[in-house]
Amino acid sequence: MAVLTDLTIAQLGAALASKEASAAEVVDAHLGKIEEHRALNAFITETPEKARAMAGASDARRGRGEAGLLDGIPLAIKDLFCTEGVQTTAASHILEGFVPQYESTVTANLWKAGAVMVGKTNLDEFAMGSSNMTSHFGGVENPWKRRGDNRKLVPGGSSGGSAAAVASYMVPGSTGTDTGGSIRQPASFCGIVGLKPTYGRCSRWGVVAFASSLDQPGPFARTVEDTALLLQAMAGHDPKDSTSAPLAVPDFVAAARNPDIKGLRIGIPTEYRIDGTAPEIVALWSQGIDMMKSAGAVPVEVSLPHTKYALPAYYIVAPAECSSNLARYDGVRFGLRVPGKDLAEMYQNTRGAGFGKEVRRRILIGTYVLSAGYYDAYYKKAQQIRALIARDFAQAFEKCDVLLTPTAPTAAFAAGEKMDDPVTMYLNDMFTIPASMAGLPAISVPAGLDRDGLPLGLQFIGRPFDEETMLRAAAALEKSVGFSARASGY
Amino acid sequence: MALDKETVARIARLARLNVPEDELAPLAGELSGIFAWIEQLNEVDTASIEPLSSVSAVTLPLRADKVTDGGIAAKVLANAPGGAVFVDPSDKNAGGFFTVPKVVE
Repeated sequence: MAVLTDLTIAQLGAALASKEASAAEVVDAHLGKIEEHRALNAFITETPEKARAMAGASDARRGRGEAGLLDGIPLAIKDLFCTEGVQTTAASHILEGFVPQYESTVTANLWKAGAVMVGKTNLDEFAMGSSNMTSHFGGVENPWKRRGDNRKLVPGGSSGGSAAAVASYMVPGSTGTDTGGSIRQPASFCGIVGLKPTYGRCSRWGVVAFASSLDQPGPFARTVEDTALLLQAMAGHDPKDSTSAPLAVPDFVAAARNPDIKGLRIGIPTEYRIDGTAPEIVALWSQGIDMMKSAGAVPVEVSLPHTKYALPAYYIVAPAECSSNLARYDGVRFGLRVPGKDLAEMYQNTRGAGFGKEVRRRILIGTYVLSAGYYDAYYKKAQQIRALIARDFAQAFEKCDVLLTPTAPTAAFAAGEKMDDPVTMYLNDMFTIPASMAGLPAISVPAGLDRDGLPLGLQFIGRPFDEETMLRAAAALEKSVGFSARASGY
Repeated sequence: MALDKETVARIARLARLNVPEDELAPLAGELSGIFAWIEQLNEVDTASIEPLSSVSAVTLPLRADKVTDGGIAAKVLANAPGGAVFVDPSDKNAGGFFTVPKVVE
């Protein structure tokens, strides 16, 4: 039989259904890989005992004929999802040792479908970053390396541990969250598929909040079909999240299994031809357009005039919401407490010691833009720009069914590069942030390798709550590309 | 807009964030750089544009004003950093308190 850790979620599901393998065997094989590649630092907390117990329960369910959609599938969970009885840190010192007494809705949905948790993955602190370098628990290493160059590369961020775990075959799938590109950019950097659903598709309840009007949980996997399988289980209305959409969950898996795109209008946004994008990425994009055309789709040039303003507007909206959300970390009810001579000093000491540099920076930006006298000039202005960005997309979708763009302006970079100037780091998300600002679903699909042998992704952006068309287009591109490269040594 | 050291110290105080004195000047430089880059938003005329506060087209739902859970004081206090005080140590769900430094003399 094939090596269990090489199988996709769909293949593992078939092997489990036909009793070729037990959940216990599947989980043990993956736990072995996690141990083997521990040096990548993809996990903050490994949960092998819990995984074995869940696998045993899965085998028992299957024996009773009660197997769910993901029964026996090992998954890694971004350490931003609260997991009952298992430390949840958000990769921050301020939450180190925090043990939630409840389970996030998304993870609860996954366990209800039979999935098995193998551990909690590393991320940028409070999901703020594009490199995983801001984690209190140290950066994650990308399993990919440039050809003939042994330097460690970043896996992207913020969901870098989840992406690296899938790319190194420690797990067939994992969860992430995406606020400005935190699922799609690491998927591109690690050569896997990452899907950000429409805002409201997956419940945010029990997910540590960063920017509440943007945050959205979503899956990573090695195939489009596998991300659809995960999303199928993760999605759904949740009364505990008032922004969760009261809509039925469509058959995402059927959409991903139907790469028929004859006549589908693929929008190519003119404004995404941005100076500074690596020429190879521009070439890859053209190639992707040609492939879609060959598969029967119709490319349409569209305009999103406010694209260049999405990034600076995001860096008002996201820090403003972050500064409000992170006000709760005051050393009183959970997390770190650093004593002070009075209550105010205890707050200041706790927050000063508990938050890392990038988080402090964003709290300060957010506090400033929301402070008296500046609200209209910054926050209101950014929300107006946001309205224009959403309008751009709505107008573009009158002429096309889905958009195709690059995911990131570069391939993975080395740890330490781009660290001097925060704005240079922020530019990494220039292709992912506009869809976030408009709340649209988007997916990154591996589309080729650059001249150094590093993976590059292309992004599809869909209409609100039309993940199905996006999945169909992504499956068609995946089929045309036939991406089979894997990081050497993994 | 350029931010000076004093402004950074003021917003750090507003955010209840202890920032060491020697980090104030470098932070002022970084934040000024970020705000200079954000300034480009002023190129866009937004005078007649309604601000978008939520991308969700869903009207926020109302719920009945009813107690739907409770009796879980032990869980609520499980992560209390200063240690919790329980009303009845033999029944931790009967209620309890977080502890903070003394605020009233």
